[in-house]
Amino acid sequence: MSAPAKSAVIGQDAIVEKGWLKTHQWLLLRRVSQLSILGLFLLGPLAGIWWIKGNLSASLLFGTIPMADPFLVLQTFFSGHQPELTALAGALIIFAFYFIVGGRVFCSWVCPVNIVTDSAGWLRRRLGLRKSTQLSRSLRYWILIMCLITPLFTGYVVWELVNPVSMLHRGLLFGMGMGWTLIIAIFLFDLFISRRGWCGHICPMGAFYSLVGKFSPLKVSAANRSKCNDCMDCYAVCPEPQVIRPALKGEAKGVGPVIIASDCTNCGRCIDICAKDVFHYSSRFANEAEK
Amino acid sequence: MATKKANNQQALSRRQFLTDSGHAACSVGLLGLGLGMYGEQSKTHAALALRPPGALIEDDFLGACVRCGLCVEDCPYDTLKLARLFEPVTTGTPYFDARKVPCEMCDDIPCVKACPTGALDPQLTNIDDARMGVAVLIDRETCLNMQGLRCDVCYRVCPLIEEAITLNLLQNTRTGVHAIFEPVVHSDICTGCGKCEHACVLEEAAIKVMPRELAKGELGKHYRWGWEEKEKAGKELVPDIIDLPNRMPSNSAEKLNIAPTGGKK
Ligand code: SF4
Ligand code: SF4
Ligand code: SF4
Ligand code: SF4
Ligand code: SF4
Repeated sequence: MSAPAKSAVIGQDAIVEKGWLKTHQWLLLRRVSQLSILGLFLLGPLAGIWWIKGNLSASLLFGTIPMADPFLVLQTFFSGHQPELTALAGALIIFAFYFIVGGRVFCSWVCPVNIVTDSAGWLRRRLGLRKSTQLSRSLRYWILIMCLITPLFTGYVVWELVNPVSMLHRGLLFGMGMGWTLIIAIFLFDLFISRRGWCGHICPMGAFYSLVGKFSPLKVSAANRSKCNDCMDCYAVCPEPQVIRPALKGEAKGVGPVIIASDCTNCGRCIDICAKDVFHYSSRFANEAEK
Repeated sequence: MATKKANNQQALSRRQFLTDSGHAACSVGLLGLGLGMYGEQSKTHAALALRPPGALIEDDFLGACVRCGLCVEDCPYDTLKLARLFEPVTTGTPYFDARKVPCEMCDDIPCVKACPTGALDPQLTNIDDARMGVAVLIDRETCLNMQGLRCDVCYRVCPLIEEAITLNLLQNTRTGVHAIFEPVVHSDICTGCGKCEHACVLEEAAIKVMPRELAKGELGKHYRWGWEEKEKAGKELVPDIIDLPNRMPSNSAEKLNIAPTGGKK
């Protein structure tokens, strides 16, 4: 492949073109979002300001609004427990939110593990590590099914024994103990064994939220795709690069520019990194192919 | 031609997809099995780990609790903790170690109120009905009271003094003239709050709160206590039973100045 002379650092073109800040705009906002959500939860235990109690699994906002992870509540349901109304209402609230903004917005804007896997991904690019064990992308959906079916037999929520997402968030709030080992394991796994292995192939929460956001209106669109100069930077930074091609290269086949695949995390890294301003946040309804 | 190639490719990628999915499904099946077995192992029966008041029985609790820690944050006495990885309690679930911090038996039971899922049963409204475990005087050899000293600390700290725990008077056979005040826990009243275990003055508590499943025996279904049946029936159930004399060694009976009689009536 006669790729155009690649700049040493991915995103160099964009930095030259738009400046560092613009090239990291959504990434920075995302980190602010992830950290401030964590900070809000920490305000209680650390400063005694209880705006929000609990953790990502279930919480109470301002002492009135319940929130709960719909996937987890579903698992308790499958284990044969009829959750109280508070948990059901909380799950519905969270479900509705991600139904609108895109399920995997949870992954890119909220999930604490995302910082870990993003760091592994970044380091992997920096070190030029290319070797990667190919895992099936359907794996996470099988794990999702397993998470729901096993409780039918065991009678309890099996995934929560090992779920690193809740373990990390809970650990940061209530004390980590040996939980760190699991987080380090994920980091090393993503770094040395499988590129984007955890979020892209294994995590059933990612899979679940991907399904939640199947029809959500908020999407990223390659609206200026005719300007694309094939620098491939977006593929390099995207945590789910397979979602880009149909939208970016689909013009000839009459496919619209909106990234429809619900695996897209709406993280906006492709928007950041593109020197040609190909990508924008948009709605799924603005998906007419150019005439 | 082109369509044939496309068909071929389709068939190929379908086959690829099927094998991939097959692999994935099988590995995930094994993973599920492994997790199930790990879960079986991790069920909390550790004697030190007690569930908050109102907790469903362990099996149901593990299916209901989402490990949110709301009960922990609402406990005013920092009694509750969330278990961490590799602790002897199922990861992420709330528990307390009575020896460190017992449950203070709040009247309004904030932990139960905080629970969004019902893993802590909202039907528990009177804290005296809580059954977090049951206290057991597990080491009679170190309990000071059992040695004939008067400690009574466990007895006196119990919020249900004289109901959940009483002192049973025994003769001190070592001295022959003193009494032993044996602490006796009544499992139908004891809430398992752990205040007795917490307060025990020994290096290692002689009275400990155990999960009920560990501490309690269970009668065979067919067992009946004769005296209870008799009371229920209001009369002797087996009338005219032949009343044989109690076998009392005759010379010790003489010493004690008890006349061998025809048993008690
Ligand atoms: S895939 Fe899982 S771990 Fe990764 S960001 Fe999403 S929820 Fe978090
Ligand atoms: S397509 Fe863009 S927004 Fe979607 S996951 Fe990839 S980089 Fe993020
Ligand atoms: S009853 Fe009170 S002290 Fe006991 S666990 Fe609940 S909140 Fe804590
Ligand atoms: S509040 Fe309920 S669901 Fe949350 S950790 Fe406590 S027992 Fe579990
Ligand atoms: S655990 Fe101890 S202090 Fe608490 S009710 Fe039972 S006997 Fe009393």
